[in-house]
Amino acid sequence: MEFFLISLLNGVSYGLLLFMLASGLTLIFSMMGVLNFAHASFYMIGAYVAYQISTWIGYWPALVLAPLVVGLLGALVEKYGLRRVHKWGHVPELLFTFGLSYIIVELVQIIWGRAAVPYQVPAELQGPLFTLFSTSFPKYRGFMMLVAVLMLLAIWLMLTRTRIGLVIQASLTHPETVEALGHNVPRVFMLTFAGGTALAGLAGVIGGNAFVTEPSMAALLGSIIFVVTVVGGMGSLAGAFLASLLIGVMQTFAIAVDYSGLKLAEDLGIAVSPEMPFHSVLSLTVSQVAPILPYLLLVLILIFRPKGLMGTREG
Amino acid sequence: MAHPPITAPRSVRFAPINVGRWFVWGATALLFLVLPLVFRSGFAITLLSQMGILIVFALSYNMIFGQGGMLSFGHAVYSGLGAFFAIHAMNWVGAGTLWLPISLIPLVGGLFGAVFGVLFGYVTTKKAGTPFAMITLGIGEMVFAASLMFPGFFGGEGGISSDRVVGEPFLGITYGPAIQVYYLIAVWCFVSMIAMFAFSHTPLGRISNAVRDNPERAEFVGYNTQRVRYLVLIVSAFFAGISGGLAAINFEIVTAENVSALRSGAVLLAAFIGGAMFFFGPVIGSVIFVLFAVALSEWTRAWQFYLGVFFVLMVMYAPGGVASLILMNLRVAQYRLFGRLRDPYVGVLLTGAVLLLGIILVVEMSYHLTLNFAAGSRTTLFGFPMDGADPAFWALAFGTLIAGALSFEAMRRNFAREWGAVQEEIEDRIRREQRA
Repeated sequence: MEFFLISLLNGVSYGLLLFMLASGLTLIFSMMGVLNFAHASFYMIGAYVAYQISTWIGYWPALVLAPLVVGLLGALVEKYGLRRVHKWGHVPELLFTFGLSYIIVELVQIIWGRAAVPYQVPAELQGPLFTLFSTSFPKYRGFMMLVAVLMLLAIWLMLTRTRIGLVIQASLTHPETVEALGHNVPRVFMLTFAGGTALAGLAGVIGGNAFVTEPSMAALLGSIIFVVTVVGGMGSLAGAFLASLLIGVMQTFAIAVDYSGLKLAEDLGIAVSPEMPFHSVLSLTVSQVAPILPYLLLVLILIFRPKGLMGTREG
Repeated sequence: MAHPPITAPRSVRFAPINVGRWFVWGATALLFLVLPLVFRSGFAITLLSQMGILIVFALSYNMIFGQGGMLSFGHAVYSGLGAFFAIHAMNWVGAGTLWLPISLIPLVGGLFGAVFGVLFGYVTTKKAGTPFAMITLGIGEMVFAASLMFPGFFGGEGGISSDRVVGEPFLGITYGPAIQVYYLIAVWCFVSMIAMFAFSHTPLGRISNAVRDNPERAEFVGYNTQRVRYLVLIVSAFFAGISGGLAAINFEIVTAENVSALRSGAVLLAAFIGGAMFFFGPVIGSVIFVLFAVALSEWTRAWQFYLGVFFVLMVMYAPGGVASLILMNLRVAQYRLFGRLRDPYVGVLLTGAVLLLGIILVVEMSYHLTLNFAAGSRTTLFGFPMDGADPAFWALAFGTLIAGALSFEAMRRNFAREWGAVQEEIEDRIRREQRA
């Protein structure tokens, strides 16, 4: 019970972090049709910029300023890079962001070096939030969940309750009509891209010190959030939310479970000798398999439900 | 009752010898033969061998990317798994449990590449476009993670190593010296190039172009686009496996890096930089990529930065790759308009060189400062001593950069105007010729 609750809480907080990234990616994809390959790179920039600002003026200003810096960078990338490539179609756009992810990793290494930087959780948020039975749940995890939920609420309110949100939603489906009504659709695109990257930056600010801030952090998370968007259904925010939680919880549980096919066979009373075929497959524990579980889920979803959990169209 | 004799319907075909094509392939074969005699150093042979391996890989990638319109981020899966089976086959040959000449080892790689193409392709080719790209990325990550999970077959972090000098020497060929391996790679590369070129002219190769350009119409004509993608992917995985087998022979070691996203990205870069819309584009791209990754990395640790910037610039300004740049300039020369472009070209190239120098100075000094700090702030660039701690050097570097950027921008506009005018005139002439 104790293990279950703590793992569930950890899984949900990790899943919410994934959703902060996946929501920006989904927003950008459904709006511009661009799969932003460099999305996790903006997450990394967010973490590094927050680290830099927190060494100068502290963590709390960094929490506000770093996403703004990342959003500004995103706007510049959209205006001077993506928009120029847009006329050649979606594949060059995807390749542009792919090349960008190469450059960003190298730039980060030029500025901050190849080793991890000491980006710390602020003193106010250190220590346990509460203790369940005998395991304590850290305060910072709770803070992560709070920020993610607040952000989720803010996006939802902005998209459905404000004028800007309505224009964005309309530009998703009917860009020509929106343009005819006198709105500047390219600027809406730029703002969406900036907003999406700012969300990634915010995720970096709160994820960078919860995990490790290092040049490989983008590559580690990048492919997982692509899995999230495909499993949830391309372009569906609700699907991305569901898939983020699902994958977050699944991975957290899997890492903690030390159970293998060998043990299963023993429990069932089947004798397994090391000479048997597939012995190495059977001897793998669930925690060892954990890294490939999201990808297995991806393959299974594609076979049995090609449009994703909440998707409405097949790509 | 006696059947009338069955006669095959005869059609008369006029097929003259295509002189140009024979000439191009003959010249390619000659080039393969002569290059190691011109560049004799050990390093040059290494470069040439790696180019040959990457050419096969990039051409196989371009079968699905350029010819079939499928952007894949996980093509290294097929070459890497092929390489793993090839190196195990080499070990079995060495142990005497399997009889196979080393020259045919790439075939093992190819067969297993195709087997995994059948397996994974079934899932990936259900989709096209952006979802296909993401699924291939997922499959690639899955195989990479799995390769670290089974140390028995994949050798864990250290990989599997082997020895290519096994069995009886055949006509004195032992594959001990690098030059013999180069010629083995050259033969396989040449044969694979011809086979892939021939494939692009088969009905399947042609219909894959149609599926790339307009899947709806291809379906209406009666083709199952999913099956076309699947079949093309299997053929492509076969050739990717061959390049994996060649890599196994050349390096005598295969690690998890061979199936990694890094390698999948490399082949994408090579194919795109060369020019995905032309058959010979990836060949040029492979040569450029190996020059970056193997030769440039000898001089600077920032080679990935330069490669990334080069790639992004190609995507933004020349999406047809180097091949399209060459063909466009050849067309200008053909219409005898090159004279008008000469001065703009000189201006762009000169100011571009200044800009490049500025970028290199800034990047190299920053790299040296952050990554090589223990060695002190002094370094040498192009034979000149530089000091990253001295503001005067930074002023010089940024001065060069800014001067280069400003003058280049002016020259670029001038060039773009003249280039546009020349292209317009050429198109105008083509239209007039057609009317005449």
